[in-house]
Amino acid sequence: MAVERPLSTFQLQLRRFAQNRLAMLSVFVLALIVLACFFGPYAFPFDGEEADFDYIGAPIDFSSPHLFGTDDFGRDLLVRVLEGGQVSLTIGFLGALTAGGIGVLYGAIAGYVGGRLDGLMMRCIEILYGFPYVILVILLSLLFGGGNVALFAAIVFTLWLTPAVIVRAQAQSLAQREFVQAARAGGMTGPAIVLQHIVPNCMSTVIVYGSLLVPEVILSESFLSFLGIGIKEPQASWGNLIQTGTSAMDTDLRLLLLPGALLVAVLLCLNFIADGLRDAFDPNDR
Amino acid sequence: MLRFIGKRLWDGGLTLAALVTLTFFVMRLAPGGPFSRSRKISPEVLANIQAAFHLDEPVWKQFARYVWGLLHLDLGPSTRFRDYSVSDLILSGLPYSLTIGFWAVVVASLVGVSLGIIGALRRNQPADYLAGLIGVVGIAVPIFVIGPLCQLVFGLKLGWLPVGGSGQGWRSLVLPVLVLSLPNIAYISRLTRSSMIETLRENYVRTARAKGLGGGRVLRVHVLRGALLPVVAYLGPATAAIITGSILIETVFAVPGIGRHFVDAALNRDYPLVMGITLLYGALLIFFNIGTDLLRGWMDPRLRHGR
Repeated sequence: MAVERPLSTFQLQLRRFAQNRLAMLSVFVLALIVLACFFGPYAFPFDGEEADFDYIGAPIDFSSPHLFGTDDFGRDLLVRVLEGGQVSLTIGFLGALTAGGIGVLYGAIAGYVGGRLDGLMMRCIEILYGFPYVILVILLSLLFGGGNVALFAAIVFTLWLTPAVIVRAQAQSLAQREFVQAARAGGMTGPAIVLQHIVPNCMSTVIVYGSLLVPEVILSESFLSFLGIGIKEPQASWGNLIQTGTSAMDTDLRLLLLPGALLVAVLLCLNFIADGLRDAFDPNDR
Repeated sequence: MLRFIGKRLWDGGLTLAALVTLTFFVMRLAPGGPFSRSRKISPEVLANIQAAFHLDEPVWKQFARYVWGLLHLDLGPSTRFRDYSVSDLILSGLPYSLTIGFWAVVVASLVGVSLGIIGALRRNQPADYLAGLIGVVGIAVPIFVIGPLCQLVFGLKLGWLPVGGSGQGWRSLVLPVLVLSLPNIAYISRLTRSSMIETLRENYVRTARAKGLGGGRVLRVHVLRGALLPVVAYLGPATAAIITGSILIETVFAVPGIGRHFVDAALNRDYPLVMGITLLYGALLIFFNIGTDLLRGWMDPRLRHGR
């Protein structure tokens, strides 16, 4: 007979998350969309930048090779939307991960070291907080000359502030705890304490706020691409696909609806997942 | 009190100074210049134009010139719109942006707070779920998706409202204001609901009831005041959200406001115009953040005497 081990806090939290039906449904739908975006295009013999001159502006027709029709250049709409999804989702997750990582390290160092350095570091954050966020993203993506990397850098640069502030508050209280003092007395160096004691103990907060970062990054990306500043044609992204769809919407709504619906679905799922994580991980909220 | 305002203004000034410096150098570092995209012009003419806008000087000298101008409230000439100064352009666009922004905040506050109160008082009943649904939709459906759809339905198909522009008085305001307020309605109703539920459990509310005050009076005087504090605190960040939104709204609905000017200016490398609008946005944000803090202090005695 197996002896049942008591569950760790993390396992309990995961179990609580798994009981949230809406959140689990969202995980499922999101996984489907991610899989479709990354593997779906391989199911078609053409890619999203290829023009098919026999089908220009074709309507939805499930018996033709182009299931959801083509755009004005004869490019397959479904494949373009899926490829655009790759860009949006990659930037979303990588962006949130990077911004979260930078924020966590910055906040952990500021909170653990404290004193003058903390004051200086927080001062910088305060000043950056005073900047109008969109303006900064627009300026930075112009500076880097557009394209994926530029957009990514601009978004990360503007989104690491909130995680930094949250982690710093936690790190401050952790720095006073006995186990950290013990580690210091035992001869552990500052960087090692930050990485091995402070950061892991901030994780549950970071996961909760990090999950809110993902939809924010995706929204920023599509927002910029919609304005013509982010990802540019011929490369597809949900933002510029929606923009193209908008200009043709009174005659042909599908060009707007397909990318729009996918974007909304992803944002909905991510918000529900973030809510679920907050309920499961944050005991103060219940 | 005065010391508090003084300190906040000083901080705001620092932020603005950092913003000016950063924006200025970022723009100069960016590839391309104001005149690199226009039709081919002979090098002599180009040199003349650049000299007229002092673009041939070293960057630090340009910066010094700009800051000197700023201190005299001179934002410089636009490099794109000949014969217009940046102040002219901003002043021509600002009324549109402010009108839309103002009404969006009013609508968002009224609708958001009402939805939140209904949700909190009728917890887990149909009305609560409906309010929650509106909240979710407002957060997850971006302005640039719902905006065009509204244009299509109310403008093109039903023909009730103009699709865009600014020519038809209040009728051309309805759609931009509603669409811009939607995400804020969502945030405000969520905030109001959760803080209202929390406030209903507070001791001072129980005390008020125990004193024998009527339910309506407790709700209006005691609960609402406490519950609206986080909502008031959100008004600062809401300004930022409205600015972001107005850039999109003005693009979608073809409103000649400063948000649209900003995007065009950034794409055309109209340095002085970009700088001017950035500064304006920064100043607005700082102004509203300070205002929000003052309002909170006035509403909540705990904040005033706490520290």
